Amino acid sequence: MSIALFLEQILNGLQLGVTLFLMAAGLTLIFGVMGLINLAHGSLFMVGGFVCAAIAAATGSFWLGLAASLVAAAALGAIVEIVVIRRLYDRDHLDQVLATFALVLMFSEGVRFIFGSFPLYLDPPEMLAGPITLPGGLPYPAYRLAIILAGLLIAVGLGLLISRTRLGMQIRAGESDREMIAALGVDIRFLYTVVFALGAALAGFAGAMIGAIQSVQVGMGEPVLILAFVVIVIGGIGSIRGALVAALIVGIVDTMGRFLLPSLLANVMEASAARGVGSAIASMLIYLLMAVVLVFKPKGLFPANA
Amino acid sequence: MTDPVLALSGLSKSFGALKVTDGVDLDLKPGEIHALIGPNGAGKSSLIKLVAGELPADAGAIRFAGRDIGELDQVARARLGLTRTFQVSSLVPEFSARGNVALAAQARRRSVFGFFRQVATDPDLTGEAMDALERVGLADRAGTRVSELSHGEKRLLEIAMALAMKPRIFLMDEPMAGLGQEGSVRLIGFLDKLRHEAPILLIEHDMDAVFQLADRISVLVAGRIIARGNAHEIRSHPEVRAAYLGEDGA
Amino acid sequence: MPKLITEHRLNIILALILLIGPLVAHYAEEPFLVTLATRATILALAGVGLNIALGLGGLVSFGHAAFFGLGGYAVGILASHHQTYQPLMTAPFVINGTNQMLILWMVAIIVSGIAALLIGALSLRTSGVYFIMITLAFAQMIYYFAISWPAYGGEDGLSIYVRNAFPGINTLRPLDFFLLCYAVLIVVLIAQWRMTGARFGVALQAVRQNEGRVAALGLSPYRIRLAAFVISGMVTGLAGALYADLNRFVSPTMLSWHLSGEIMVFIILGGVARLFGPVVGACLFVLFEHLFGSFTNHWQFFLGAALLAVVLFARGGFIGLVAGRVEHD
Repeated sequence: MSIALFLEQILNGLQLGVTLFLMAAGLTLIFGVMGLINLAHGSLFMVGGFVCAAIAAATGSFWLGLAASLVAAAALGAIVEIVVIRRLYDRDHLDQVLATFALVLMFSEGVRFIFGSFPLYLDPPEMLAGPITLPGGLPYPAYRLAIILAGLLIAVGLGLLISRTRLGMQIRAGESDREMIAALGVDIRFLYTVVFALGAALAGFAGAMIGAIQSVQVGMGEPVLILAFVVIVIGGIGSIRGALVAALIVGIVDTMGRFLLPSLLANVMEASAARGVGSAIASMLIYLLMAVVLVFKPKGLFPANA
Repeated sequence: MTDPVLALSGLSKSFGALKVTDGVDLDLKPGEIHALIGPNGAGKSSLIKLVAGELPADAGAIRFAGRDIGELDQVARARLGLTRTFQVSSLVPEFSARGNVALAAQARRRSVFGFFRQVATDPDLTGEAMDALERVGLADRAGTRVSELSHGEKRLLEIAMALAMKPRIFLMDEPMAGLGQEGSVRLIGFLDKLRHEAPILLIEHDMDAVFQLADRISVLVAGRIIARGNAHEIRSHPEVRAAYLGEDGA
Repeated sequence: MPKLITEHRLNIILALILLIGPLVAHYAEEPFLVTLATRATILALAGVGLNIALGLGGLVSFGHAAFFGLGGYAVGILASHHQTYQPLMTAPFVINGTNQMLILWMVAIIVSGIAALLIGALSLRTSGVYFIMITLAFAQMIYYFAISWPAYGGEDGLSIYVRNAFPGINTLRPLDFFLLCYAVLIVVLIAQWRMTGARFGVALQAVRQNEGRVAALGLSPYRIRLAAFVISGMVTGLAGALYADLNRFVSPTMLSWHLSGEIMVFIILGGVARLFGPVVGACLFVLFEHLFGSFTNHWQFFLGAALLAVVLFARGGFIGLVAGRVEHD
């Protein structure tokens, strides 16, 4: 096994991690500020992918598609927040889970109705379509590298937003004491809509970017959503920093696990069995990691509220 | 000299820079009512939480029933016979008064894994529940849902549940709060007799009750015990007057 | 809105409707409707299982499909080994396949019980949203495992060629199999009814309403919840076993979070924490699926809309609407 292959998998892991971060950041913000668990986040990811694919196909430009997906996801997020979500803030978690699950059903069927059951295809933009040669001679898809960079930039941007802007200050205040900031005259309703739309935009952006690597289809958001939950549990609810660290860890562990386990097991069992068993265990690896973290740190690595 | 049932030594607890409990020594002897008084924010409820096991102590020891209980959690301490009543009534809202006390009776028996015999028709549990309710004067409200009880009735229900636990000691956190004049007088009489079943560590603001009932009074200010004695000694203690009674104008 | 009928009487009426409906369908020579009723009955049982954890215990488990699927796979795996005459294991001791329902049910219950013990022991150390996400995650773990484990069909699932056997009953006849499933449901419902008013049920409900109070009385909320979670998993696992025989097919879909969500939907449609809530909910769901499904492939859109409406406006579900607030003591 070569260093180049190993490095390539690490980069793939980073790319997965960055995608998970975009999902997890939105989820953890929404939970931290509004106390709401949102199962429909995966649907927003899916909508991002579909809008990007549709607009890119119609206009021939990936970039227009990407921009459209951001706008569409944010707008859809804002609408959903105003019409449905804001009735759920005072409800218990069961109601939130069921209502957002209802939204998942509606979004999935809605998209299937509009776009049909077959996957859409989305090509990465021309300028990023080929490989880049990294130092050391490893060729790696430019597009995936762009995703990693975009994700890290967004992480930095989010960090700055939260720590340096007024909106960020309201977010941080809202996370520690919801009732207080309302009493201080902050327009809570507007803040909540903005936070939800921001989370939705992050998810839609992730969906659009991933759409060019995997196919765009109904249900594409679900696996990512669940991994994002694992990320939040490991990282600690309400913590953006936790989400980043955990997302990168999860992305790398998952990718490397799937890559290494079958070949490791091939040392002790015959090849086809090793492949089967290896990939089965690799698919459980992240959850086992989550279980281990929970044993020692039931509130995650960086819990936002002590 | 009888051994104390409960003995706290050097008990301390801080939240960051705030020392809520600062080297508290206190003991509770059989048959006594030991009152703990102090201004708001002195740390009385925190002390109860430390003793009950709801909060872990930073330093110091708690001896109860002849053993060190520092390592035991709330559930284990309750099982040893340490029963508390809550400052803000903590009841099972959808159950009736009788249901709540029956739960306490069930808990005393450490009986959870019964799947067939119905609690509502179990003569042992309901019998004990009614006995306790009668003792506190709530028998006629036995079938009423807790959410429909008055504030004062809930305070009495707290005590009925404590009775059903047949504990070794009572930790009572402001049992008088919210009882009217008549209710307070009755409860004072009740607690006076109760002390012989098990000693009581009593947190109270109601000074009449404290001076009538307490064998000893400890005064807690900013987490520290600044004075200890009987009613007369405390009433005339200069520091106490300054810190506390002075405001109340006893 | 004043209640129309006591919950107890409503339950009896519902039980009778669920029994008489398929009997009528059988004699009207509509075996498909009998099968539909069987499906509703089995899904109701899955919901009854979850309701023990969710309704009585307040544990929002979004991973109950794990138990449903494990129960189903227990049956599928043992039945397939029976069909192929290959033992499941030869060392350290021999385990043969079997087609006897009673044994299969036992295995399903034990397997899902152990899974619930492991998952519960870890998940119940957390609470609130953490608990929801963790139960979801563990169920997904099992789901992905089932997809990638090559031996039992993976994503394509596993077929059971002939429905398994139950002494004295021709399980291939739709009505017979329905009556068997119905009997199981009724027995479980009676057991749950007794349990709710017994010491365990009382302690569990107390933990749901005021955990601190229960701890202060010297009972361990963790242990009570864990026991409830295990019982809940076992019942749902039994439902999975029946489901495998109904469809003569098991697949990873039985483990999907979508199914976890659907089981919760039954409960909320019928009424959370109501004894017959899951029964009503499952029947409504199956009816919905059948009626709307014949009009459009996108019927789940309308299910979602209906669910949203119930959550926002009719929180007590069907039973709440008809029989009013829950009575206690």
